[in-house]
Amino acid sequence: MMGFENQGIEEARLYASPEEMESLVLNDDDTNNNVNGNGNGNEKIPSSRSNGDSNQQHNHHPLSSPLPFAEIPTTDDDDPLLSSSSPNRNPNSLNSFLEPPSYADAVFRSFDGDHGKQINGHGGVSTSSPSSSSDYLKISVTDPQKDQDLNNSLVPGGNTFMTYLITTWTNLPEFNGTEFSVRRRFKDVVTLSDRLSDSYRGYFIPLRPDKSVVESQVMQKQEFVEQRRMALEKYLRKLALHPVIRKSEELRVFLQVQGKLPLMKTTDVASRMLDGAVKLPKQLFGESVVSAAVDPNDVSQPAKGGRDLLRMFKELRQSVTNDWGGTKPPVVEEDKEFLEKRNKLQDFEMELSNVSQQAESLVKAQQDIGETLGQLGLAFVKLTKFESEEAFFESQRVRVADMKNVATSSVKASRLYRELNAQTVRHLDKLHEYLGVMLAVNNAYADRSNALLTVQTLLSELANLSNRIEKLEAAASKIFGGDRSRVRKIEELKETMRVTDEAKNCAVREYERIRENNKNELERLDKERHDDFFGMLKGFVVNQAGYAEKMANVWETVANETSGYAKST
Amino acid sequence: MITTQRSPTSGGGLQSPRSPPSQIPFLSVSVTDPAKMGNGVQAYISYKVITKTNFPEYQGPEKIVIRRYTDFVWLRDRLFEKYKGIFIPPLPEKSTVEKFRFSAEFIEMRRQALHTFVNRIALHHELQQSEDLRTFLQADEQTMERARSQDTGIFKKKPSDLMQIFRDVQSKVSDVVLGKEKPVEETNPEYEKLKRYIFELEDHLAEAQKHAYRLVKRHRELGQSLADFGKAIKLLGACEGDALGTAFSELGAKSEMLSVKLQREAQHILMNFEEPLKDYVRAVQSIKGTIAERANAFRQQCELAEAIKLKEIDLNKLRLIRSEKMLDAEHELGELKADGEEATRRFETIVRLMNEEIVRFQDQKTQDMGLAFHEFAKGQARLANGIADAWRSLLPKLDSLSVS
Repeated sequence: MMGFENQGIEEARLYASPEEMESLVLNDDDTNNNVNGNGNGNEKIPSSRSNGDSNQQHNHHPLSSPLPFAEIPTTDDDDPLLSSSSPNRNPNSLNSFLEPPSYADAVFRSFDGDHGKQINGHGGVSTSSPSSSSDYLKISVTDPQKDQDLNNSLVPGGNTFMTYLITTWTNLPEFNGTEFSVRRRFKDVVTLSDRLSDSYRGYFIPLRPDKSVVESQVMQKQEFVEQRRMALEKYLRKLALHPVIRKSEELRVFLQVQGKLPLMKTTDVASRMLDGAVKLPKQLFGESVVSAAVDPNDVSQPAKGGRDLLRMFKELRQSVTNDWGGTKPPVVEEDKEFLEKRNKLQDFEMELSNVSQQAESLVKAQQDIGETLGQLGLAFVKLTKFESEEAFFESQRVRVADMKNVATSSVKASRLYRELNAQTVRHLDKLHEYLGVMLAVNNAYADRSNALLTVQTLLSELANLSNRIEKLEAAASKIFGGDRSRVRKIEELKETMRVTDEAKNCAVREYERIRENNKNELERLDKERHDDFFGMLKGFVVNQAGYAEKMANVWETVANETSGYAKST
Repeated sequence: MITTQRSPTSGGGLQSPRSPPSQIPFLSVSVTDPAKMGNGVQAYISYKVITKTNFPEYQGPEKIVIRRYTDFVWLRDRLFEKYKGIFIPPLPEKSTVEKFRFSAEFIEMRRQALHTFVNRIALHHELQQSEDLRTFLQADEQTMERARSQDTGIFKKKPSDLMQIFRDVQSKVSDVVLGKEKPVEETNPEYEKLKRYIFELEDHLAEAQKHAYRLVKRHRELGQSLADFGKAIKLLGACEGDALGTAFSELGAKSEMLSVKLQREAQHILMNFEEPLKDYVRAVQSIKGTIAERANAFRQQCELAEAIKLKEIDLNKLRLIRSEKMLDAEHELGELKADGEEATRRFETIVRLMNEEIVRFQDQKTQDMGLAFHEFAKGQARLANGIADAWRSLLPKLDSLSVS
């Protein structure tokens, strides 16, 4: 009988059911009621909202269409192609009940002025870095299409996948051009992510969206595709915000090079073999083969599972020695500052996770109260209609008028809560974002540990080799005239040691490099975190205050109009 | 003809300084001081009932007695029996959930409802004359108990009887709506409309009340979330340190403070908005009882009219054959006619009273709901302003911290 069901709504659909309320709009509001699209919206747009105004975060976007009327100067959808296609946007259906937008805007303008840019979540424009005003790298992901992999399919018609159109606008010199598009599939994104992890060890690299376990079956669903599209866009935009990664070759290739993605999937040795590379590094054959083809720099690559077996094994043994052995490992993580920082970050991560959970509860509670207010309002609207149909007495008519007042106010308040919530979600989303950042930080720390482990392993190796050489030399010296086989062995070992020493030097350099990256990233993180969180807090507070004010106005009017009933004490 | 109401808390004695001369009669009652009596399964709540009056029928200007819920029920049942046609004020329900029975909230809600109940009776120009009311307000506990236990058999309507009547009335209403012919039913279209109105009204009101109650819960839930959120943010601030840490702590503290406001508002809504709505629902249900009584009276009148007709036919037959039973029959007819007049009188009284009552009811409800709406709006405005002020006051602090 109610019809006002709001269960299970994702944030994008928070405004889905004002239709019910629209249909019960009471007479004197009908003239203002415009449910459909942008029509009426334009007249009510305040003057400061012309395109190109620097206060409008999105309107200097080259592709943006004039935004439909929006009460709050920020919208969820950065993508201009999306914002025009959502007819259920909250703003339009509010017109009938709420005050004209200029009032609402005035309230928010007074707060939002300089926070506008900060409050806006993940725009493609980098707003937090100092040199932001001139260069930009804006990416959008659109137009999912089904495609087929004709080459590898054993089953005719099988092996379909989705591709997405990735469009970039930029004025960065690294790119040849200002606007270009490519089509990529999710596998390409995985490749990009892997390559970045390899090349940028020690950096806080944003995490890519998850693969789906049952990918092909889930693929069909519209919702899944849309979710994935959004996730991809978010991911690429985060990459574009990172001061170092946005300039990486990997990203550029991904964004710009037409056709098949020319990035190698991994530095996986065996894959390289399969791909036709012939070079067989030392790792596969053990130390007995001293080959000039060995590139000591290979040690600067992380050990890949499954292939660099021997290396993995050695490093594992080393880590066990580190953990359980009584002896101090050859190179110890001495950077106390680093350790302190890391512990602090771990605490931070834990508390952040907690806050994030409570934030979710808060959002749910706000949603619920808004819903119930709406239902209450509807119930009173129905009661009003009923009583006015049956009204015999003047007292009934008076009651009907009062009730109508309360009903419309409840409905207004309900909508205010829903708007408030949408904004709250956007602000508090920063918390979730930083949880993701913490994961990236952990990865970067893992890079560091791994590099350190490699160094330690090599140092152990060196020590080991040194011992053996000593023993052999001692044994050989006892034999008069020399021991041909032993001498030869010693020569071999010395050569091995030389190579190993070079490798160790590479490893140390790599480790130092990663340490430096960690340090720089930490500084960057601290600064960004400071700005981001203050922005979040302010946005949250402004939001709460603004909407509370609006609600107070709504109810004060009703209180005044019913003040005649107040008990005279 | 509403008696002027003197507020129960005005100074003791018959008149307050500003009052007109004591010829103006008044009767004011207050229900206060709930106290738990007895132990275990037998435990119950007793209330202090304080009466202040200048009615000559009463024993004195002021009287205090101790009453329990079942005493109120007795009073209501007696009034319902004696004053057919009048909408007897509704009582709060019996509590079905055991553990809720002694919660502070429930007790307070019940006390308030009982207070309203007695005062409405005291204000009603007819009900206030009731002897049973006098007994209720003045009798000592033994007398009260005796009166209660005597009230069995013909006087006491068991709830199941009442329910049956309700169902009869309901089925009669729906039958009429469906166009079925039923033998004894008023064919007054205006009255039919009224009956339909009352039944539908109950549904609408019940729905509104349900949502009002949910709204109370939502406020509590939001309050709880804000408290939890505030606590978590404070912890985050503690491990963050520096300006950002302070900012988090301040925000957390504000959040916790607002949680308290929300709990308070939840209570306010419960007492001043949800309860009046519930009261409205109960009042409508009480009217349904009166509707049932009217149907009864009408049926009785019709039955007697039938019986008279038959008796007359009988009598004429007897007259024709000059039977010796004629005298008896004449006598019986006389009795039936007297009964018939009595039944008609009773029915017409009910009709008249109901017509007056419905006007009074509508007026009263407009006042009651108007006040409830006012309190609701006032509370919401107060809450919203509190929230706005709290968050706004945080902004300059945040500003100064963000640049430090």
